[in-house]
Amino acid sequence: MSEFDFQGERETWGDLGQKALKNRSFFIGALITGTVLFMALLSFFWTPFDVTELDIGNKLHWPDTTNWLGTDHFGRDVFSMLMVGARNSIAVAIVAVSIGMAIGVPLGAAAAASRSWGSNLIMRTNDFIFAFPSLLLAVLFTAIFGPSAINAMIAIGIFNIPVFARLAHGGSLALWQREFILSAQTSGKSRVRITIEHIMPNLLNILIVQGTIQFSLGILIEAGLSYLGLGTQPPDPSWGKMLSEAQTMMYFASYLAIFPGIAIVFAVLGLNLLGDGLRDIFDPKLRRGR
Amino acid sequence: MITFIFFLRRIAFSFVTLIVASIVIFAIIQILPGDPAQLILGMNAQEDTLAALREQMGLNAPFYSRYFEWILGVMVGDFGTSYTYSVPVSELILERLWVSLPLAVMALSLSTLIAIPAGVIAASKHNKLPDVSIMGFTQLGIAIPNFWFAMLLVLVFAIKLQWMPAGGFAGWDVGIGAGILSLALPAIALALPQASILARIMRSALLDVLAEDYMRTARAKGLTERMTLWRHGVRNAFIPVLTILGLQFSFLIAGTIIIENIFYLPGLGRLIFQAIAQRDLIVLQGLVLLLVAAVIFINLLVDAAYAMVDPRIKRAYHE
Repeated sequence: MSEFDFQGERETWGDLGQKALKNRSFFIGALITGTVLFMALLSFFWTPFDVTELDIGNKLHWPDTTNWLGTDHFGRDVFSMLMVGARNSIAVAIVAVSIGMAIGVPLGAAAAASRSWGSNLIMRTNDFIFAFPSLLLAVLFTAIFGPSAINAMIAIGIFNIPVFARLAHGGSLALWQREFILSAQTSGKSRVRITIEHIMPNLLNILIVQGTIQFSLGILIEAGLSYLGLGTQPPDPSWGKMLSEAQTMMYFASYLAIFPGIAIVFAVLGLNLLGDGLRDIFDPKLRRGR
Repeated sequence: MITFIFFLRRIAFSFVTLIVASIVIFAIIQILPGDPAQLILGMNAQEDTLAALREQMGLNAPFYSRYFEWILGVMVGDFGTSYTYSVPVSELILERLWVSLPLAVMALSLSTLIAIPAGVIAASKHNKLPDVSIMGFTQLGIAIPNFWFAMLLVLVFAIKLQWMPAGGFAGWDVGIGAGILSLALPAIALALPQASILARIMRSALLDVLAEDYMRTARAKGLTERMTLWRHGVRNAFIPVLTILGLQFSFLIAGTIIIENIFYLPGLGRLIFQAIAQRDLIVLQGLVLLLVAAVIFINLLVDAAYAMVDPRIKRAYHE
């Protein structure tokens, strides 16, 4: 399989840093992601208004100089709610991707390296989890164990495992056919050592790209779960919940349906650009300006 | 012969997966809180009436015997009777399938029709204007949650312009046109993120293939640029694209759960949500099993397609 490429010479962190500064995707992505992260962290110490305080007299105000993005049907400041919502989304996505990578990648790589009945078992279990549509799994999971942000993390994380396992498996299988792996085998290295020294570094690119997709998917699914009322629970604000509340008010307060959506797009877009930039920086083939 | 054995093994695996899945689904759904007998008779029911109904429904029987009764029924198309609607589950599912299946087919075709040409154009015009603009659009497409996109579509096309219905399903008996019109916005909402992901995968896979030595060989032996692109480039780039297509089917099913709720479409996704809310467990387990079976079947097809596109993978299974 040709989507996998191996690196020529080793690079120092200094070289990579130089390239990072020149890469536009990376720069814009890092800027956006940094802004979202900063807002999320800032919300722990300061928000323009208190999001737990209801001010019914001030409800459904269109955006102005006091409430930059307006107020909702309880008179809460939308901008402050978006700031607090950011940290919920990020937390859920980070934990979910970590679960998926930490368990999925070693399983997939091991299955490709051993090709025994054990590897078959791993990949079949994988197919099995895979057979459950992600959101359906998450919906069932939260229905059984109760809707909460923690359960959303676990549910999204479980569905991330087979994604990374499959990718690591497919990528490793292709790499095992390459000449440089054969030469490593001829030189007497064990399969475990080859996996760690040669397979894993070469899977990095594709894992980064997939990691980015899964991270943004994590944010999207969290938003979806919260939209359905199964993720982050009130009174904690979340982007998805804000959108579902806005839906009934679209005829007279369309701004409520706009800003949380923009926040989600902003966060996901930033992460994706960051991932793309990282891929360009890591991938020597792309750097040669193919 | 090798192909035959490969498929036979793959089918056997799928079958085993399905059996294990059915047991797990049955077990998981038993954990769900809620008593079906209480649900049917209401909160004020007498304890002895409840007990009698539980006995009649076979809820007191041991786990394995309830499982076998259910699964044997499923094999002959009898999924049991819904607790809340008092109609056969199979009837409910079949009725809803006429909404969800056309919706899924419309969304998947729409996304493939957009994505494959977009990806090929982007890769063949690498770093030029078409590539940059297509990539810009896909970035945006991936970042937009489909339910928010659906809300925006409703805001623009149903509320402001009033071209389309904001929700609900006209029904196929009103006319195919009316049915398709009520599914148009939901299908677009589902297709956009899918098309964006698929186009990106198509592009990056094709870019990798284009850099391969055999592409140079193909050109050197006198093939035109177009023939090289389609016969050697696109064909080989299809392997990662197929994986994603398989993946997307399950995202599509997940997507319908939200989208059908937004548009008030009486489809399978909405049925699942209602079944969970109403603790209609017998509907829920039948539905989940059906969807899982669909995903397993699609994965089987994807693997079969793999082996056809790249014979090396088939061989790898045998070493």
